[in-house]
Amino acid sequence: MDSDELNRAVTRIAHEILEKNKGTEDLVLVGIRTGGAVLAKRFQEKMESIEKKQIPFGLLDITLYRDDLSEIGPQPNVRETEIYFDVSGKKVVLVDDVLFSGRTIRCALDALIDLGRPKSIQLAVLIDRGHRELPIKPDYVGKNIPTSHDEKVVVKFKEHDGEDNVIVVTEGES
Amino acid sequence: MSILWKRKDLVGLKDLEAEEIQLVLDTAKSLQEISLRPVKKVPTLRGRTVANLFFEPSTRTRVSFELAEKRLSADAINFTSAGSSTVKGETLKDTVRNIESLKVDLIVMRHPASGAPHRLAESLPISVVNAGDGINEHPTQALLDMFTIREKKGHLAGIKVAFVGDIVHSRVARSNIWGLTKMGAEVTLCAPKTLLPAQVEALGVRATSNLEEAIHEADVINLLRIQMERQSESYFPSIREYANNYQINRDVLKHAKPDVLIMHPGPVNRGIELSSDVMDSPYSVILDQVTNGLAVRMAVLYLLSGVRNRAAKKASVHS
Repeated sequence: MDSDELNRAVTRIAHEILEKNKGTEDLVLVGIRTGGAVLAKRFQEKMESIEKKQIPFGLLDITLYRDDLSEIGPQPNVRETEIYFDVSGKKVVLVDDVLFSGRTIRCALDALIDLGRPKSIQLAVLIDRGHRELPIKPDYVGKNIPTSHDEKVVVKFKEHDGEDNVIVVTEGES
Repeated sequence: MSILWKRKDLVGLKDLEAEEIQLVLDTAKSLQEISLRPVKKVPTLRGRTVANLFFEPSTRTRVSFELAEKRLSADAINFTSAGSSTVKGETLKDTVRNIESLKVDLIVMRHPASGAPHRLAESLPISVVNAGDGINEHPTQALLDMFTIREKKGHLAGIKVAFVGDIVHSRVARSNIWGLTKMGAEVTLCAPKTLLPAQVEALGVRATSNLEEAIHEADVINLLRIQMERQSESYFPSIREYANNYQINRDVLKHAKPDVLIMHPGPVNRGIELSSDVMDSPYSVILDQVTNGLAVRMAVLYLLSGVRNRAAKKASVHS
């Protein structure tokens, strides 16, 4: 997926979110750190330029909600959750770059609900690579990329990596 | 924040690298937000048990640790044996046996004997946090002091911190000296000569008995409690004379920077080391220290709990 394709996917999803929610009322975007952060920001810019209205934007760190903290070695570094608005009564669109097992989304749902009681939570992802381990389904998908377990989907964003692109690599390479 | 935490225990800041201190402070910053939520709790340490062993009286440290444990969903049990001076070597050994039988995952310990948590840490596969040992260290207090300075001043490097008070008996000062010098801050100690440790230059800090000189350029004045219970040992002629020479009050602050921060680990003897009006003035960040202590202790518990897992796994493979 190159830069143009990525941009088209973002534009389409932005329109879909606005269409499904009938505009921006009570709509908020929450990016899951770190992969969803840049993407959520892009959705925000796109949707604001379409509707000419401001859409609240926040970042969610799900580390403290992971279900594998008792298995892995050193604790993963915790980053800040930066959600400076009340999520209660809001239509929250959760944003992540790659949807895989669904465990990250499970964490994000728990984390969000600890912050309040949203009216609804929707899920937007750039890539759905399959292999779900939990009953979780995205509402908006940029692209479905069938993968095998030993493959890895690498998403790069200009803001962090100097370029926009999505590639599938086999474990061991990079 | 690229490094990961690898230590099983936190017994002192003497052993820590600057990056590790940075990691604790950054983690604490991330965890601060939890205490502002409507539901002030995360499930991170669910199912873990923490034993708080306090062989010396403590209010804020114990309460702070206990609340930190609860905010992370750990179960907390408290042992307090206040006062008893017979709590030494052998008893500690027995305590260890008892703790092991209770299958706790982490121990927070305050002990009147310097080095007690180090011994415990060596003999147990689980994590040990030093909540103050004798006159040696009080690492979480120094970490929360550094967190507060960083929060108010933006950074630690180059910050000038003056410690005023009973330094020779202060584990808070000792931990702060280790931590602050590693982080590039400049430390000055100020007290009557009898309350200054010997050979302070070896610690990379300055010492003076002149209060004006000590606070003149300071960005932070960290006050230490005058330990009334030690007055029988005559470190200075009288409390009143100490207050005359070393109390921080409005008059003395005329010699300090206008944006100087006044810190104190508590409990404060109002009117002795610190005048009541300054304590309640905007200079004072004493209550911020208490708030920040919670986030710092949550960070320490979180980081240590990961390393315990590996140790425990290894242990179970061998048994």
